[in-house]
Amino acid sequence: MNWGAWGVQTIQVLLALAIAPLFAAWLQMLRSLLQNRRPAGLGQAYRDLRRLFHKESLLPEGSSWLFRFSPYVLFGTKVMALTLVPIVAVNPPLARAADVIALVGLLAVARVFQVLAAMDTGTAFADLGAHREMLVSALAEPALLTAFFIASLLAGSTSLSTIALHAQQGMFSLHPSMVFAAAAFFLVLLIENARIPVDNPATHLELTMIHEAMLLEYSGRHLALLEWGAQVKLLLYVAMGIALFFPWGIADQANPIALLLACLAFVGKLFLAAPILALVETLLAKKRLFRVPEFAASAFLFGVIGLLTHFMLGA
Amino acid sequence: MILLWLLGSALAGVPILAFWGDGRKGRWLFVAINFLVLLCSVLAAKDFLQHGPLAAMGEELRMDAFSLILVLLNSVVGMMTAWFSAGYWQQEVQHHSFGKGRQRLYHAMFQSFLATMLLALLSNNLGILWVALEGATLSTVLLVSLQRSGESLEAAWKYFILCGVGLAMALFGTVLLYFAAQPVLGTGARALLWSALHHHAASLNGTVMALTFVFILVGYGTKVGLAPLNSWLPDAHAAGPSTVSAVLSGLLLNVALYAILRYKSLADAALGPVFASRLLLAFGLLSLLLAAFSMLRQHDVKRLFAYSSVEHMGIICIAFGLGGPLAIFAGVLHMLGHSLAKSSVFFSVGRAVQESDSRELEDLRGILASRPVLGWSLLLSILAILGMPPGSLFLSEFLIVVASIQQAWFITPLLLLGLGTAFAAILPRLLQMLYGAPNSPKVMLSSKDLRPAFLQILAVMTLGIWIPASLDSWMHSVAGILQ
Amino acid sequence: MHPAIDWFSLPSLLKFLAAWMLLLSFALLAQRRLLSLIHLLAWQGVTLAVSTALVAELTGDRLLWLSAALTFALKGLLVPTLLHRLLRRLQVRGDVEMSLNVTSTQLIGIVLVIFAFALAAPLSGALPAATHGMLGIALAAFLLAFLMMITRRKAISEVVGFLAMDNALFFAATSATLGMPLIVELGVALDALIAFVILGVFFFHIRESFESLDLHWLEHLREDQ
Repeated sequence: MNWGAWGVQTIQVLLALAIAPLFAAWLQMLRSLLQNRRPAGLGQAYRDLRRLFHKESLLPEGSSWLFRFSPYVLFGTKVMALTLVPIVAVNPPLARAADVIALVGLLAVARVFQVLAAMDTGTAFADLGAHREMLVSALAEPALLTAFFIASLLAGSTSLSTIALHAQQGMFSLHPSMVFAAAAFFLVLLIENARIPVDNPATHLELTMIHEAMLLEYSGRHLALLEWGAQVKLLLYVAMGIALFFPWGIADQANPIALLLACLAFVGKLFLAAPILALVETLLAKKRLFRVPEFAASAFLFGVIGLLTHFMLGA
Repeated sequence: MILLWLLGSALAGVPILAFWGDGRKGRWLFVAINFLVLLCSVLAAKDFLQHGPLAAMGEELRMDAFSLILVLLNSVVGMMTAWFSAGYWQQEVQHHSFGKGRQRLYHAMFQSFLATMLLALLSNNLGILWVALEGATLSTVLLVSLQRSGESLEAAWKYFILCGVGLAMALFGTVLLYFAAQPVLGTGARALLWSALHHHAASLNGTVMALTFVFILVGYGTKVGLAPLNSWLPDAHAAGPSTVSAVLSGLLLNVALYAILRYKSLADAALGPVFASRLLLAFGLLSLLLAAFSMLRQHDVKRLFAYSSVEHMGIICIAFGLGGPLAIFAGVLHMLGHSLAKSSVFFSVGRAVQESDSRELEDLRGILASRPVLGWSLLLSILAILGMPPGSLFLSEFLIVVASIQQAWFITPLLLLGLGTAFAAILPRLLQMLYGAPNSPKVMLSSKDLRPAFLQILAVMTLGIWIPASLDSWMHSVAGILQ
Repeated sequence: MHPAIDWFSLPSLLKFLAAWMLLLSFALLAQRRLLSLIHLLAWQGVTLAVSTALVAELTGDRLLWLSAALTFALKGLLVPTLLHRLLRRLQVRGDVEMSLNVTSTQLIGIVLVIFAFALAAPLSGALPAATHGMLGIALAAFLLAFLMMITRRKAISEVVGFLAMDNALFFAATSATLGMPLIVELGVALDALIAFVILGVFFFHIRESFESLDLHWLEHLREDQ
């Protein structure tokens, strides 16, 4: 048993879990500042989670075990996904068990459970949210896959660690197909994490909700887990993007100095990623629901063009 | 040197007419400038007889036999159109109450159109050829929409967009040609000179040349009016003034075809003659048949003759597609005859439309009885365009049919079908125009203005019987240039 | 720390810009709002200018720097500003109407991209290594702009498509063939400027006659008239 590697793996997961609410709070703060509102402070997400964990969890009448079980499944799959992504170090031990395709599969499992649980409640709005979610992700998932395929084709492997290593060593240079992969990935990030222009995460209007609608019936610790899970998902996507496109700084050896630098690098990149997201969210307006599939289709087609560029032009 | 004078006088006319192109002085200035251009081109022809191909500006401008023939044709038809326009335009100004600005615009744009076509013919640099053709298109856009009516705006918009797209494709072809030429001739302006390229044509990359020719054919073919990209042609001819239709049909289509043929000569050397010839033949045949069958349904007289232009361009493309000295000779003769005859058709038709104030065939009747001069002009010019002897079009069409029997007998029935349908479409309408119960015209206009039309018809008939020796030798040498 | 090896080498930067160019063409195809179309066109112009400058650096041709500066001024700044002003003065509002819906248009766009790449693939052998694949991308961008022109209904979006085609052509001329003779480039630029002026004149006339820049009104001239 390589304690060092397992230790690094555990540190990675714990770090991600701890930082996720902070990142979400930092993003929210930037959005508030850009919109000329008073920010709530960096600790707000932590305070919210603590409050929710102390509250009583109510269950709707007529809901089944699925409703109670789902938040744990969701959170669990997100944690599992975290183990696959190289955040501060490449080749975490568990990463060998799965590759990018399995990663997408894990996220799909999470989505399925969330949707089923929402439909389980029997209320109209949750149902609505579930249908919309499936509509949008039906197109977003292939887009994500094509982005990963491009990266895998260039690196010669579907393991995210290997891809990150290759990118780090400059093997990608500035391939045109990576440009398209980046575009597709960014669009999918916006879609999957319910950012504007796809869905407003702060909306209270049920008619415009996609993700929020599915959370309407939850309360107490279940809601806390779901909120935390959503924050972890955002961090996960950003970490994936960093690993694919900006991997410099990720340690490829287990010595403590490299790890420390890698942690700092990761935090630094998160710090820089948030303003970009905040700008995008502030400058764009939310799309009408029936335009969202077009948006997802665009992401998919960007990915396809990237694949074409790779295959037919050798670029 | 004479080339510079020729080009310079044509180009200098544009600013002159932009300032002084209104009223009576404008009309006659226009005639004078084009007369000067005609003189220069005759002098250039004399120079050519003595010295062979002429060049100027370090090989950027060049005139060989092919461009000489077309330059002479351009200057003659330009001069005749300017002469006709003197009378025609006076009536138009009165009828539509055009202001001074509009008159200056008309003359300046017209002159710019003629000048850019001249530049296109004289330019040895294929990139400048493109620039000149684009300039010609832009000049005519404003001319077509001169009336500012809904119909003319729509026609001009369609023209602009379609020809713009076509020219963009042609530019892409030019870029591809430059790309093919670089390994052979290096970078720099020399790589786009036709004379240099023709010299080294066999060493150009075949695949690139094939792609180049396809883009050029589709691109410049839009301007020639080849089907299926010719939907701008009938609208532009119908909506613009008749003088503009005359030069569009008579001159611009020829110049665009000239551009295609220059590229074809390069492609033939690089690829072997089969590829480009087959493409040209196919498009020509398609245009002929499509135009011939569309003519049957027309009831607007100018649209009818616009389709006739497409038909004749199709015939010329078939001729050049067949290849061989006989067909090429016939093709060049047909270019000459068609320009002269079609412009006189448009002069006569334009006059008739002005007098009846309508373009519908129903409103143009019994002209021979009520206005004999106009009637005769219509009769003779339309018979010439139909390919009746002694017009030169009869001779060239006959030669083309003979060439097709010799070289590609399976297209002869289609060729004859197209010619026959066109004939059947136009003749009854001609007879109706001449002999039906006369409609009294709204305006009676002087018939002296039709003198240029008669002169051109005379030229067509002369060419059908006798071709001057020097012209004959030039036409024969075109085959050598294009192969 | 690993050195970022190929990042700043000119050929790979050029390839990056080529991809960006194609991305913008595709985005133009998928855009609905007229203002966004103009912004994307401006970005395309800037990309074009930067790539021309890179080619100038690569080949050492002084005149191309002039060309790059002209492109930036003309296509990156002047033309979008003029279009913007035109939009405001004509008070054109609203989205672009499409003949086909966006997703189908995009799918046809993909087919065209495949076609363009397939056409250009055998030619890549004849290219110098720096411009490998550029011709295919330029051709694809050209065809996408062409598709955009065909599937739009408002006059201004047709013009934007036309200008995008022009951009793709220019890209082919600079990146695939590493520049064209200066006089030709100047001639082309001049023609483009004049065309643009004429277009502006045109829009006013069309609007006066038809009270709208919707091309639907411009479909009266038909065969059976």
